[in-house]
Amino acid sequence: MTQLQKCDQPQVADCRQDFPALHQDVNAHALVYLDSAASAQQPTSVIEAVADYQREDHANVHRGVHTLSHRATDAYEGARDKIQSFINASSRSEIVLTSGTTESINLVAQSFCRPRLDPGDKILITHLEHHSNIVPWQIVCEQTGAELVVAPINTRGELDIDAFYSLLTDDVRLLAIAQVSNALGTVNPLRDIIPRAKSLGIPVLVDGAQGVPHMPIDVQSLGCDFYAFSGHKMFGPTGTGVLFGKESLLDAMPPYQGGGDMILEVSFDGTVYNDLPYKFEAGTPNISGVVGLGAAIDYLSSVGMSRIAQHEGQLLAYLMQKLGEVEGIRLIGTAAEKSGVQSFLVDDIHSHDLGTILDHQGVAIRTGHHCAMPVMDFFGVSGTARASLALYNNAEDVDRLVEAVEKARQIFA
Amino acid sequence: MNAVDLHSGDDLRELYRELILDHARNPRHFGKIDHPTHTAEGINPLCGDKLRLSVRVDRHGNIADASFEGSGCAISVASASLLTDMIIGVPVAQALTCFDIVTQRLTAPDVDHERDIGIDLSKIKALDGVREFPSRVKCATLAWHALRSAMHGQTAPVSTE
Repeated sequence: MTQLQKCDQPQVADCRQDFPALHQDVNAHALVYLDSAASAQQPTSVIEAVADYQREDHANVHRGVHTLSHRATDAYEGARDKIQSFINASSRSEIVLTSGTTESINLVAQSFCRPRLDPGDKILITHLEHHSNIVPWQIVCEQTGAELVVAPINTRGELDIDAFYSLLTDDVRLLAIAQVSNALGTVNPLRDIIPRAKSLGIPVLVDGAQGVPHMPIDVQSLGCDFYAFSGHKMFGPTGTGVLFGKESLLDAMPPYQGGGDMILEVSFDGTVYNDLPYKFEAGTPNISGVVGLGAAIDYLSSVGMSRIAQHEGQLLAYLMQKLGEVEGIRLIGTAAEKSGVQSFLVDDIHSHDLGTILDHQGVAIRTGHHCAMPVMDFFGVSGTARASLALYNNAEDVDRLVEAVEKARQIFA
Repeated sequence: MNAVDLHSGDDLRELYRELILDHARNPRHFGKIDHPTHTAEGINPLCGDKLRLSVRVDRHGNIADASFEGSGCAISVASASLLTDMIIGVPVAQALTCFDIVTQRLTAPDVDHERDIGIDLSKIKALDGVREFPSRVKCATLAWHALRSAMHGQTAPVSTE
């Protein structure tokens, strides 16, 4: 109990009661959910906001003169305003609603990069990236003859900063970099990197999927040109996501997809595209999901992102300490700057076997390659077990994890 | 709470029986064989299992030798090891019947698995614990899918996803 008190600010730990999914038994044990980096649970306020919208306000947006369509439009556009304020974008025109980080990055690859890439041009990424910040660039490089350059990492899972700067040259047409590594938890030094890139005139896309749920985000102070993130990792519904883009860049980009809602006027002689951000939102959007995302932002704001970051930072330190004490453990990802993720392996137990044994004790973790196969290759493993933290986790969750890992060691002893 | 722990421990012990752990730690017929006539790769992207099965069929249609390489979880490695143990010296047609029996045994528990096909299936019973863990059936059947794929001369890797 003393450790619990030491690690948890009472108010942040209290958040746990707002998440109904956390209060159930799994395999006859109280659930310990340590897989929020894959997808976070939703608070009651999000679940209710989506249900209320479906029950009372649903209609198509931006179309009808009738009351429900107005309500739906207000709810949908209201969420956009919340997102703008949450990440401190200077205009609501800079908030493009997508299906998730993946679509946001593909949009930039195809709409921003593809028209302006020539053979020999470079796109710079890092060895830490999630597949969704690798494959869209491989595709656009294949389409244009541009070259994908990968900055190396060290054995702690940190960007090799000298090597990185030597690769950040003026033939790089875009730097695409994760704020936080999903597999290792490494926080990249964006405060140093982005000004350096900007001084060379290189546009920067930040994959913020693992950043937004865990720390305060200010895209203006960060100075990036694009910032991509997902709703379901920040306690909102799946199928929602955001692309922040600087207005001047978005304005100059062609549409990503054609369809309804992204046009002002259509004739067979040609089409006039709609204004930002609607130019990039073809078709009926995920209205209820976006309403839920708005509610998730309200929830996060009410708790306070700085307090969440502090709570998770303390809990991560406890997690790393307790896991580190387990005999036969290998912690993978030991960067000096980390957010709430710890990958590990125990003895010679395959991560999938570990995952099954932990699940049997009610402990949910992710096992496998975490959609970051190059990171796994770097560490010479096929996969890892990964525990990831969110605001609702506490020291007891960590203790249960460690107990379950010890049980796995007994079974494989 | 103790009773629950005991119960859940039993399920896990059923899954990770001594025979399974033994084959996972010391896989039989692991490596390459000379002059394989049939090979196939099995991939389980969910957990990164990747096995290559090699078989040499003699002119009488019997499996003269078999081996596997690769890496995977305890269940997939043990299953591949048991497979190679079972099929060496067996006619190809019988080995493929083994595939049917193993996959049925793990996915359709109500079927009569005790029919006599002239092969000792007793070791395969060690995989029975997998039935209680649906997400692991793919691991247990990976090598068997690779066997069928190899015998049917398929060249693309087989996936149990």
